[in-house]
Amino acid sequence: MTTAGLTPAPAPTAGPVVDTVPVVSKKTPIIFGVLTVGMALILLFEGQSGETTFRLAARTDFVQLPELTVPTMAGAWTLTVVCALLTAESVRRYLARRRTPLWLLAVYAVAWMAAFLTWAAAGESVPVVGLLAGSIALAVPLVFGALGGVLGERSGVVNIAIDGQLLFGAFAAAMIGSVTGSPWVGLVAAMVAGALVALVLGLFAITYFVDQVIVGVVLNVLVIGLTSFLFSQVLAPNSESLNTPPRFPRVPIPVLGDIPLIGPVFFRQTAVVYLLYIAVALVAFALYRTRWGLRVRAVGEHPKAADTVGIKVNRTRYRTILVAGAVAGMGGAFYTLVSVPQFNREMTGGAGYIALAAVIFGKWDPIRATLAALLFGFASNLQGVLAVLGSPVPSQFMLMLPYVVTIFAVAGLVGRSRPPAADGVPYRKE
Amino acid sequence: MKLVLRNITKRFGSLVANDRISLEVAPGEVHCLLGENGAGKSTLMNVLYGLYKADEGEIELDGKVQHFTGPGDAMAAGIGMVHQHFMLIPVFTVAENVMLGNESTGFAGTLDIDAARERVREISERFGFHVDPDALVEELPVGVQQRVEIIKALSRDAEVLVFDEPTAVLTPQETDELMEIMRQLKEAGKAIVFITHKLREVREVADRITVIRLGKVVGEADPKASNAELASMMVGRPVELVVHKDAPQLGEDAFVVKDLRVRDALGHVHLDGISFTIKAGEVLCVAGVQGNGQTELTEAILGLQEHVEGSVTLDGKELVGRSVRQVLDAGVGFIPEDRQADGLVGGFTIAENLMLNRSFRSPFARRGSLRIAELDEFAKTKLEEYDVRAPDIYTHAGKLSGGNQQKVVVARELSRDLRLLVAAQPTRGVDVGSIEFIHKQVIATRDSGVPVLVVSTELDEVVALADRIMVLYRGQVVGIVPGDTPRETLGLMMTGERPKDVVA
Repeated sequence: MTTAGLTPAPAPTAGPVVDTVPVVSKKTPIIFGVLTVGMALILLFEGQSGETTFRLAARTDFVQLPELTVPTMAGAWTLTVVCALLTAESVRRYLARRRTPLWLLAVYAVAWMAAFLTWAAAGESVPVVGLLAGSIALAVPLVFGALGGVLGERSGVVNIAIDGQLLFGAFAAAMIGSVTGSPWVGLVAAMVAGALVALVLGLFAITYFVDQVIVGVVLNVLVIGLTSFLFSQVLAPNSESLNTPPRFPRVPIPVLGDIPLIGPVFFRQTAVVYLLYIAVALVAFALYRTRWGLRVRAVGEHPKAADTVGIKVNRTRYRTILVAGAVAGMGGAFYTLVSVPQFNREMTGGAGYIALAAVIFGKWDPIRATLAALLFGFASNLQGVLAVLGSPVPSQFMLMLPYVVTIFAVAGLVGRSRPPAADGVPYRKE
Repeated sequence: MKLVLRNITKRFGSLVANDRISLEVAPGEVHCLLGENGAGKSTLMNVLYGLYKADEGEIELDGKVQHFTGPGDAMAAGIGMVHQHFMLIPVFTVAENVMLGNESTGFAGTLDIDAARERVREISERFGFHVDPDALVEELPVGVQQRVEIIKALSRDAEVLVFDEPTAVLTPQETDELMEIMRQLKEAGKAIVFITHKLREVREVADRITVIRLGKVVGEADPKASNAELASMMVGRPVELVVHKDAPQLGEDAFVVKDLRVRDALGHVHLDGISFTIKAGEVLCVAGVQGNGQTELTEAILGLQEHVEGSVTLDGKELVGRSVRQVLDAGVGFIPEDRQADGLVGGFTIAENLMLNRSFRSPFARRGSLRIAELDEFAKTKLEEYDVRAPDIYTHAGKLSGGNQQKVVVARELSRDLRLLVAAQPTRGVDVGSIEFIHKQVIATRDSGVPVLVVSTELDEVVALADRIMVLYRGQVVGIVPGDTPRETLGLMMTGERPKDVVA
């Protein structure tokens, strides 16, 4: 066997090609199936009678959408059948080794939710606008927190301290807002407070190479302790002068606020919420379209490569997490300057951790993380609305809902997501 | 631009990595820096590039003394570096990588990505690079990634270009192309520093050669010097570059692989139905560019891969589906490709590392407790036998040099009764002296009648050891050819082309 001739074999330059066996996750069709069957079982064994009304308009609406009334069981069964059909489509796609597209997921989620609400609110009326607007209200701190998380992690610093930043922001906003009597000064104070927590995080995580997860958790506990102490020693005794912050008023936006359904949900909010819309757009733009964003992402992916082109890695990281802390701090201000006009111990209730989950569910992308935070906000609010409606589901069970959704979202439904390569790894020069 | 390094000294603690090294490079000249791994080449270049600060000495560009505080300064002064481990961000596009740190921006810091694309196209055309500015770097072949690194340097108007071990990751063809690119750059008047330990390449492009050993300049060599002369300068003593081996005493078909198919959890097929046989007393070398299924092949044999189909038999016994321990018990010795990650426990002593594959039974363990005395005795013998340069057997393996670490791994794997030896990249990052030693051990194992499978991306090693050579390309066998097949043929086969007369 000699090898004199060097003419290429039939397959020219490309050579033998190795194929890929497509691996399509069976998760989606299985989850669809389980949920559909579950819905059907509920309807079979816990049937309700009567009619369900969906109120699509707020009382003050310029254009009044009519109320939508459906017979409970017929409506719920119809929607369940729609779910079953969508499940079948998902299974068909799985067998053909194709993924379930996002639109199918969205349609399924809406159909299943509608079926569930139709059943749960039998004989009552569901305030759709209130449900959605309330979701936004609950989601605001989560979205701010998630934006802070995305920024930090994109630059390579794991920001577990979101909860601390929210809480300290809420505290600072309440106190400074009360003293100055201006919600805007309170908001700025919250941003400074969030940035302060971030500064401590940076000091340990960036300068002293301490494990970022540990520092983050410790910071959260520290802020809880500090604010609880200050609350009971300083705020509570002087509640009149130090813990009665002014609230941001609702400012409906003309025209936009009059659009049915969308208007009351999105455009009859406070200035903080409008700032949130701007923040989401700004973070997304800055991260992907500006020099600053390119450098932040470079530092989070491959700090040494960034260093070799003359980018100061640690300086970039410090700057980014300070901005991230300030953004999260704004979320904290929402608690005391919009939701409840006073500070309470541990009033974030671990929202920072849910925001962290939104960062992961949103695959470290500001827009997707925002959507994830909105989903978590919806789950929280649904729980409240159903409790008021007196649904057949025990309220203790419903209290788990937002957290169950979080776990499912992070564990099961994300699919493959890839964090920034250098996320959580301190950069040391040799 | 003329670069002069004068008496550069760099110490790390008590270790002197660079000891008064001086070097001159003129425009339009390729100056090779030749030395073994660990001789201090990369340290010197990191000093030049501003990543390290020299303890003593000066860097001069066109007669002006430079004081670099970071890579940014070095770049601004006109030094461009093509790093051994590419300094590219895998999830960025080519244009984004090229513009990073040197971005042209519009209003409010918005990126002018079009300008970056244009710059990539322009440089790419001038030197015939064929690089798409919008391709994601992680999806490009290694050779193209390297061109992105070169574009990056050129886009910053670098006049001095430093190539740090640029050919380590390239196929022979890509290496030839790189040599051509270097010649073009030289003609364009760039001053080029080419760091390598590969003699063939040095002789091909170098105008001047400086040899360094143990952090010191040994002297200048003539580009026309022979390989043997260069090697002995580099190592400090005469070296045998050829492994002396007798014709193999072939036995039965001892190791038979049939239709082996391996895929990963994501469904990518890494080995697509490959078959081969190794006779007792034969060395089969697997040649191919990194990442064409070699890693998966060795790991599948050992039982480290999850989705394996087909059959692997050793002396008639099936190995597929067995646990790693069962495979080891069947007499398989395994030298993994990454000794730091898979071959050794850096925080364990040499003695402890020597018993890793026999930790659970005699002679080193009895009824669950270790027999330290036996182990120490064994370790002392092996230290001597395998010429491991270490203070004693209690030295942590992580503290040893690459060559000595590898000798520990080889000693452990060859100290059992073997029925098969699988050696993946047995001499990667190992000094020339140790290479010589390890090659002799591999051949000795063969001569004791054991089938040997060697995986190597170094053509020199393949040619030195092989009785037969199997070339892998994208998970398939391009062909199995005799050990004396010309390099050019092998090089072509490594790109997936099958020469006439070669049967897969």
